[in-house]
Amino acid sequence: MLQNRFGRLTATALAGSMLLGAAACGGSEEPTTSAKPEGGASSAAAPAEKGPKVGLAYDIGGRGDQSFNDAAAAGLDKAKTELGLADTKELEAGSGETEAAKEERLRLLAQGGYNPVIAVGFAYSASVKKVAAEFPEVKFAIVDDAAATAPNISNLLFAEQEGSYLVGAAAALKTKKEHIGFVGGVQVPLIQKFEAGFVAGAKKIKADVVIDVKYLTQPPDFTGFNDPAKGKTAAEGMFDAGADVVYHAAGGSGGGVFEAAKAAKGLGIGVDSDQAKTAAADVRGVVMTSMIKKVDVAVFDFLKSFTSNSVKAGTTVYDLKAGGVDYSTTGGQVDDIKIQLDELKQKIISGEIVVPDKSS
Amino acid sequence: MSAAKSTFADRLLGRVRLGGLLSLAAPILAVVFAGLITSVVLLITGAPPLETLGIMVDYGVQPRSIVLALNLASGFYLSAIAVAIGFRMNLFNIGVDGQYRLAALVAAAFGASITLPAPLHIAAVVLVAMLVGAGWASIAGLLKVRRGVSEVISTIMLNAIATALGSWLLNKDRLAVEVAGSNNIGTKPLGPSAQVSGIALIPGSPLKVNGLIILAVAVGVLYYVVLNRTRFGFDLRATGRSEPAAVASGVNVKRMVLIAMALSGAVAGLAGMPILLGESYSYSLQFPLGLGFTGIAIALLGRNNPVGIAFGAMLWAFLDVSSNILQLHEISPEIVQIMQGTIVLSVIVAYELVHRYQISAEQRRVSSELAGGTQVRAEGASA
Repeated sequence: MLQNRFGRLTATALAGSMLLGAAACGGSEEPTTSAKPEGGASSAAAPAEKGPKVGLAYDIGGRGDQSFNDAAAAGLDKAKTELGLADTKELEAGSGETEAAKEERLRLLAQGGYNPVIAVGFAYSASVKKVAAEFPEVKFAIVDDAAATAPNISNLLFAEQEGSYLVGAAAALKTKKEHIGFVGGVQVPLIQKFEAGFVAGAKKIKADVVIDVKYLTQPPDFTGFNDPAKGKTAAEGMFDAGADVVYHAAGGSGGGVFEAAKAAKGLGIGVDSDQAKTAAADVRGVVMTSMIKKVDVAVFDFLKSFTSNSVKAGTTVYDLKAGGVDYSTTGGQVDDIKIQLDELKQKIISGEIVVPDKSS
Repeated sequence: MSAAKSTFADRLLGRVRLGGLLSLAAPILAVVFAGLITSVVLLITGAPPLETLGIMVDYGVQPRSIVLALNLASGFYLSAIAVAIGFRMNLFNIGVDGQYRLAALVAAAFGASITLPAPLHIAAVVLVAMLVGAGWASIAGLLKVRRGVSEVISTIMLNAIATALGSWLLNKDRLAVEVAGSNNIGTKPLGPSAQVSGIALIPGSPLKVNGLIILAVAVGVLYYVVLNRTRFGFDLRATGRSEPAAVASGVNVKRMVLIAMALSGAVAGLAGMPILLGESYSYSLQFPLGLGFTGIAIALLGRNNPVGIAFGAMLWAFLDVSSNILQLHEISPEIVQIMQGTIVLSVIVAYELVHRYQISAEQRRVSSELAGGTQVRAEGASA
């Protein structure tokens, strides 16, 4: 066996080169292939006049997460019809990818003539900063991050804790067992802002309410934003332990939380989008309210300012006052407590209540 | 060992060789399998297979993409070598993932807290990473030797513990600092003396190849030399092949398990270094995850051979890099993961099939020799 090491080595080397070689054979078809995607793009763009080409880079989950990314997609869709965008391109992140992959995604968009380019999620912070410097003529926007600053970067921020405060109050008002829960996607500072607001709001209404807090994954594992099964298990645990209202800030995992709520005849609170409208049809009934984070509004506003040539670089905060976060009333389940919630809302807007953005 | 008596694991881990033309048949079969299955998947999802490959190759041969793939591959390679060290001794170190993450985190925090002249600073960070990786893997080694706990179970559990420990450490009260205005959190960035500059290896691209590719190459060479040219390597492989035989020839198997596990962990600790020292300079929430599991697949793909693993790592990295361009052409990026999985399975299945063919061919030859007894012997004599 030892003396034949070399034979094995060559075999393995061959295996590798063959796999690459097989791929190379496909490359000979190239002239016909590269023409097609471009043709498709131009035919799609034909009806629109000559609006901007918009590139959107999603965080993990992408379009279809019924939550954070979908909210951004909604803003883009609205802009597409109302602002007459020439073309849009949406790329999505893979889980556990390197910084270089994120940079390359933004670079491909900027290189492909997409301007402006919107990065959805704080994960793009470093890459936006780097790529924006390489393409000074392209306007960039990043959602949820204020650290990446440049003359061509707009930072779209949200006061998630303020909206969470209101749904926390709603949960405390609605619970019959004096026991509520919070399911966070991944234990990162951003999601802890949701938790802090939710807990503060609930305690404001009932100081002794029991609040279960559970994060689905720990960084660097970001699958907690995209794993309904984990969400379901966590929420089931809370309902079994006696909770009857569970708020999730877990992106795509939230679907599982609603399923658990339905099975336990409890209530769920949605996040980012108005989930009584966006969640799977069979669980919409359990979505009592949602903490709406109007990423769609921020994305649309940014695109609108781009078409009117008035892009503002730097931070724009979408808080309760600016209507950037809110609670939803779809389904009418919180109509009976609307007066109390709106009172709290006014107090936050006037500054009488300052919502903490870090859990104590 | 004759091929007929080999176990599936022996054949899987590349311990049994294929003779003559058969060694060519296996990779060709693997390519045909992988190509067929991927084409079917592409057709089902509505993407034309040849065009898709064309797009990927078109993009993959650009200098920029080659640099990106090389940079990605150096981490993959180190991780796969770490896995392969264990494989060679029949140890399944599933814990490379936890080992490299914990190692990178501690090394990043350590590196940021000291200042040394450049080469020493880099060496110190690398050393700490190796020590942490080795230490973490040794827990599984000790459990196996002292308590007979399967290293598969213990390393998987240790992955989960490493994740929890990592997120506990990655807190501003401990090893991390918060960046103002950012929702990210990470260790303090390494000073310039610990940053490894890139090499302008590929002409035509402003991007530089990660300087730590040299480390990856060195580890590959070392892996080959130690395993094939030293007494230790012989003992390690012997233990992997047959424990009783190794014991009989005077190998202390328990000691070998401990050392192999620690070595595997030390190399695992290196897997995060190309990214830490050459790219991010800090361990943050953005630090890539899953290198360790990718390493397992690549070690299988490369059949534990240092050159084979290099090809596997490059192929894997090339596929990863091309996922962005696929999205630009409205092809689902998940295709890449399907391709990667298909390739690994194809390689395993193809080699196994060819091995079985070889075994049955051998048996047929032997039985026909026995049946035709004298005649064969007479022919042999005349020749």
